[in-house]
Amino acid sequence: MTARSVALLLLAPAALIPAPVRAQTGSELRLSLRHDPKTFDPALVEEDAGETIRYLTGGVLVRINRITGKPEAGLAESWKVSPDGRTLQVRLRTGLRFSDGTPLTSEDVAFTFRRLLDPALHAPTGDAFRSSAGVVATAIQSPTAITVVFPATVASLERLLDQVAIQSARSPLKERAVAGPFVVKEYKAGTFVLLERNPNFWRRDAQGRRLPYLDAVRFSIQSNREMESVRLRRGELHMADRLDPEIFDRLKSERNLVAVDAGATTDLEMLWFNQAEQAPLAESKKAWFRSREFRQGISSAISRSDIARLAYRNYAEPASGPLPAASLWFNRKLRPPPYDPEQARRWFERAGFRLAGGQWWDARGNAVVFSIVTNASSKVHGQIAALIQQDLQKAGVKVNLASLEFRSLIERIGETSDYEACLLGLVNVDDDPNGQMNLWLSSSANHPWHPSQKSPATGWEAEIDRLMTAQASTADQRQRKKLFDRVQELVQEQAPVIFLVNPHALAAYSRDLRDLVPSPARPHLFWNIERLRLGNIEGASHARAALAN
Amino acid sequence: MKTVRGTCLAAVLGVYACAIGAGPLTGGSYELQDRAHAGERPGAVHWLGTDDLGRDRLVRLLYGARTSLVLAPAAALLATAIATFLGSAAALAGGRFERAALYLVDVVASTPWFFALLLMRSVLPLNVDPAVSVSITFAILGLLGWPHGVRPVAARSAAVIRSEFMRQARASGIGRMRLLRAHMVPNLMPVVAAHFWATLPVFILAEANLSLLGLGVAEPLPSLGNLMSEFRDHRAIAERPWLLAPAVLLIGMIAALQVISKKGTTSHDCT
Repeated sequence: MTARSVALLLLAPAALIPAPVRAQTGSELRLSLRHDPKTFDPALVEEDAGETIRYLTGGVLVRINRITGKPEAGLAESWKVSPDGRTLQVRLRTGLRFSDGTPLTSEDVAFTFRRLLDPALHAPTGDAFRSSAGVVATAIQSPTAITVVFPATVASLERLLDQVAIQSARSPLKERAVAGPFVVKEYKAGTFVLLERNPNFWRRDAQGRRLPYLDAVRFSIQSNREMESVRLRRGELHMADRLDPEIFDRLKSERNLVAVDAGATTDLEMLWFNQAEQAPLAESKKAWFRSREFRQGISSAISRSDIARLAYRNYAEPASGPLPAASLWFNRKLRPPPYDPEQARRWFERAGFRLAGGQWWDARGNAVVFSIVTNASSKVHGQIAALIQQDLQKAGVKVNLASLEFRSLIERIGETSDYEACLLGLVNVDDDPNGQMNLWLSSSANHPWHPSQKSPATGWEAEIDRLMTAQASTADQRQRKKLFDRVQELVQEQAPVIFLVNPHALAAYSRDLRDLVPSPARPHLFWNIERLRLGNIEGASHARAALAN
Repeated sequence: MKTVRGTCLAAVLGVYACAIGAGPLTGGSYELQDRAHAGERPGAVHWLGTDDLGRDRLVRLLYGARTSLVLAPAAALLATAIATFLGSAAALAGGRFERAALYLVDVVASTPWFFALLLMRSVLPLNVDPAVSVSITFAILGLLGWPHGVRPVAARSAAVIRSEFMRQARASGIGRMRLLRAHMVPNLMPVVAAHFWATLPVFILAEANLSLLGLGVAEPLPSLGNLMSEFRDHRAIAERPWLLAPAVLLIGMIAALQVISKKGTTSHDCT
């Protein structure tokens, strides 16, 4: 055997190692997405992966600082909201350009808002601006000055701007021309999304160097959280947030990682029953799911504190409503529904059920049995489902569990309505009630239990519609709080959604990362992405930044 | 070798006996959550400790073994029956039917069965009892796992049909049923048994793989696969080595079945 063949044999295993395992070069931040983004069109984003990409690629007029909670200037050099919350005056920075080099002017701002509020587009992001019927009016004073007049008051208007990525009216690349720190370079469905640095991003650091410092951000599509944590430990990924509690506990002992509990989030674990008219379910089941007494009975039979303690290892708080108790918008009168099997029994009796042989039966003689679907990739959801199953079994209700692959689950919930009950997490980007318009408005495609209603199916839904629209139509924060308090009370009375727990923001990141400040608000770890650096290649990054200048 | 095989047979029978008699043997329920004692180490009350929800690991292991070790042989039997029927029918009919049957084998064998399985699982009704759900999963495995057995059975059948002793038997006026019973079946048995023993561990592992993805046996029913999903992290195993029990049982059972199967696959000379 020659020396060369020995060398080849020795090198062979290295060649077999997948590329990410080898030493990383270039300032490429690596992390993962739990599933593929459904769209790259910022106006149509409605799910977590899409929001992540929008945050990193979209240029916004105003950005909310995730630590201070205060609005900061983005593409807008200055802005002013009228006292009635209807008019927005914006002065753009000069010399702004989209990633493809086309200029970003007032015309693009006007185009973005017109598109966002176009009723034909059904843009989920536009729901929060749609407090009244009518069209948005725009008056362009100059390429950098514009006035936008909404048909009615838009509450917390400047905070909402954080989610509005300005789109180009003229670029042939359409939504692929962006004004955020990164631009989508490559996407392979089910594999990865690669973002590269936007060379035209407007922001510079104190030394005048153009941001962001990172060259690229690579998202692996990785639904398996165990694999994500393994790759994080190996150094193949630089960060991961929304960690399962068990994984978080394990990562705490890793020397090359920093594991942080950033506190209670505005996210929620929740359970709801399918009340959609078009649902292919037996009429008897539809009747149960539409019964307030049935839903309240289920709610009373679930031990939220056990879910927080066992499934979340105490990294969660029992939930009382759609917002955590720490939120300023939380209705202080509310308490988490107590675990009370006796109360559950009374609710089921009121629903017209009778108990026989340890099992509840409805008036038509059907055993009260239903299924809960949840996503197969989440161990925590599996555990929560098993805890609920046991609690309800004790209460005389049989539950069958079905874990589905995420896409299949979303298809059932959003398109075919072919499910009975669903256990899933809710992502609240902001705790302002306007951020929940698409959750509560009965006409919204994201109204969980009965989406896209032409007119509210029940009186209490019509009342929630009215209250949510009213709170979105006034700039008076006290009045808004009062209106949203009533929404929270109605939701607790009717229990269309059974809120379970508010998980903490559990995250871990590589010690190589510089200037990372974890936040309980999303995105927890990369909210200041343009300022993040990878420590081991700082010099190279600076050299590149200097060249760019 | 006989001693080893005997030991393996005794071990397999012992595990089956424990798995089938899991209820009376442990007096516990695999779904009972003792929430005050969740995540406990092995002790006098819970010999293998409790899981994160307070369920007894030993009870779940025995019930899990029952799920995997009863249903996997049933699925293997189904796959073997299909392979035997199609293979022997192809050899007996010959001509176009044989070509069509073997073409079908190629088509089914080239199907990415794992995705076919996921697809079939996703269209199943959701509101089914876990026991029914797991039976359906194994039935699907059985319905997808037959192609590799068809060609060997067809080849063996053709060899038997063309053999000297079959010609003599036919010339002596022996009836078809007796021909089948006395000559075909005994001569096909080694090939059929080989397919059965080869598919059995594959099906046990397929269920384990599906369960690792959360798509196999639904909670709260345990299986060796969903029990193994707990130890995806090597440090968790170092801290809690008793988590390995399902894997040890699975590996031991598959090894024992392989040893036992060697007797079943001893070939007969049909010439």
